[in-house]
Amino acid sequence: MIESYGNINPVLAVLIHALIPLTIILVYALVAIWGERKVAGFIQDRLGPHRVGGWHGWAQSIADLLKLIQKEDIVPKDASRFLFKFAPFMMFAASYAAFAVLPFSSWYIGSMIDIGVFYLIAITSVLTLSVIMAGWASNNKWSLLGGMRSAAQLVSYEVPTIATVLTVIVVSGSLNLMTVTEMQSGNDILGFLPNWFIFQNPFLIIAFGIFFISILVESHRVPFDLPESESELVAGYQTEYSGMRWAMFMLAEYADMLLLSLLGVTLFFGGWNSPFGSFMSGPAWGFFWFLLKGFMLVFVMMWIRWTLPRYRVDQLMHICWGILIPATFVNLILVALWEVVF
Amino acid sequence: MEFTAILFYVFAILTIGSASIMVFSKNIVHSAFALMFTLIGVAAIYVLLYADFLAATQLLVYVGGILILILFGVMLTSQESAKLNFKTVTVNVVPASILSVTALVLLTYVFTTTQWASRNLETPQETVEILGTMLMSDYLLPFIIAGVLLLIAIIGSILMATRLNSKPTESN
Repeated sequence: MIESYGNINPVLAVLIHALIPLTIILVYALVAIWGERKVAGFIQDRLGPHRVGGWHGWAQSIADLLKLIQKEDIVPKDASRFLFKFAPFMMFAASYAAFAVLPFSSWYIGSMIDIGVFYLIAITSVLTLSVIMAGWASNNKWSLLGGMRSAAQLVSYEVPTIATVLTVIVVSGSLNLMTVTEMQSGNDILGFLPNWFIFQNPFLIIAFGIFFISILVESHRVPFDLPESESELVAGYQTEYSGMRWAMFMLAEYADMLLLSLLGVTLFFGGWNSPFGSFMSGPAWGFFWFLLKGFMLVFVMMWIRWTLPRYRVDQLMHICWGILIPATFVNLILVALWEVVF
Repeated sequence: MEFTAILFYVFAILTIGSASIMVFSKNIVHSAFALMFTLIGVAAIYVLLYADFLAATQLLVYVGGILILILFGVMLTSQESAKLNFKTVTVNVVPASILSVTALVLLTYVFTTTQWASRNLETPQETVEILGTMLMSDYLLPFIIAGVLLLIAIIGSILMATRLNSKPTESN
């Protein structure tokens, strides 16, 4: 992959290579935060931000960012200083590091490592640790409660997420997401449907349903945003943060949403493959389709946020342990049986 | 110095430094977070040794699983913002010094007398596939035994938890 940069300095090539996902995340976060407020507005029958920048308030996020940069960086007196300052950066680093194994197009993937999706699952578990770190270091009871809830949430969602990813791995036979995507190219199902995994096997549709619920839990989105629920915990682990450190949390949250949506796209919806076979396909179109499908899933996440109320902690535990985990394992066996029979 | 060598020393210093913070810190939560850096440093050293599967497992099991359970337990049980009265001074000077000197002598002896062989091995291209095949063929029995052991542990813990809940407490 690095060789294709020609004869520029290898260290520089690695840097450029690593900066491509970062650029995408930063631009996406600005658009997505504005988009989320517009979606919220339209769902609640109002207009949303409408003044900054003219056309539908498109510059609102940029104005917010400029405001956040100017804000004072407040550290509470009794906070654990190093951990308090470190937690937001660790959270963003964990979700950014996971982008390394996503194939953005047939030409671009951060790292062709063999363990691909397994690495992604492993590195995102560090994210929860940074929430606990922020919650504990703030020395605030709301923050600590948010951190504890995040830990409880982790042990609930991790099993169904990994098990649904495993169902796809059973079908594909590879952990490398590039190989998984390449297996889904072409339009052969019923003569016109693309060879995406979601169309290949009826039980994978159920697997996608479970996967989508688990990634809602993993990315702390409503109806499972228990670590930060504003109405009971003020803002959970974010309560004591201000300025750019708080902005890092928001950035990490949106990056995490995009990451998990893109993972879902890669596993179930053909990754960078065009839905029209060879029409509009190629390395550049790959970027377009991959991000478009990812943004569609992000949009569904926003839609759900402004539609459903929040679950309680015990209800979340019951959903994950009592319903999702048994369903996933039964579904895993059914997927494997379907693969053996057909 | 090679780039990988620099990386190795960076991660080695991270591992040892955070491990010593973990041992010497009086705050138990600080110790737990220092343990996180130690585990991440060890995972990075695994990556440098081409054991990427082991590194990811280390992250998933130790950092994402066990460490979070440790933190959860510590935060639920400790009071006074997790400051416990640890004795970080040496208590039994004579037995401790005898033990540590013996360990030092043994380790230096082994280190100096071993014939360190350095060979140029081929870089393995696919690690998981070989590992999976080995687990499903040559090491099938230990793999299954480990699985059964974990299942027994899960069933046992569920049994204990449900018994505790169903029994009415005496104070009521």
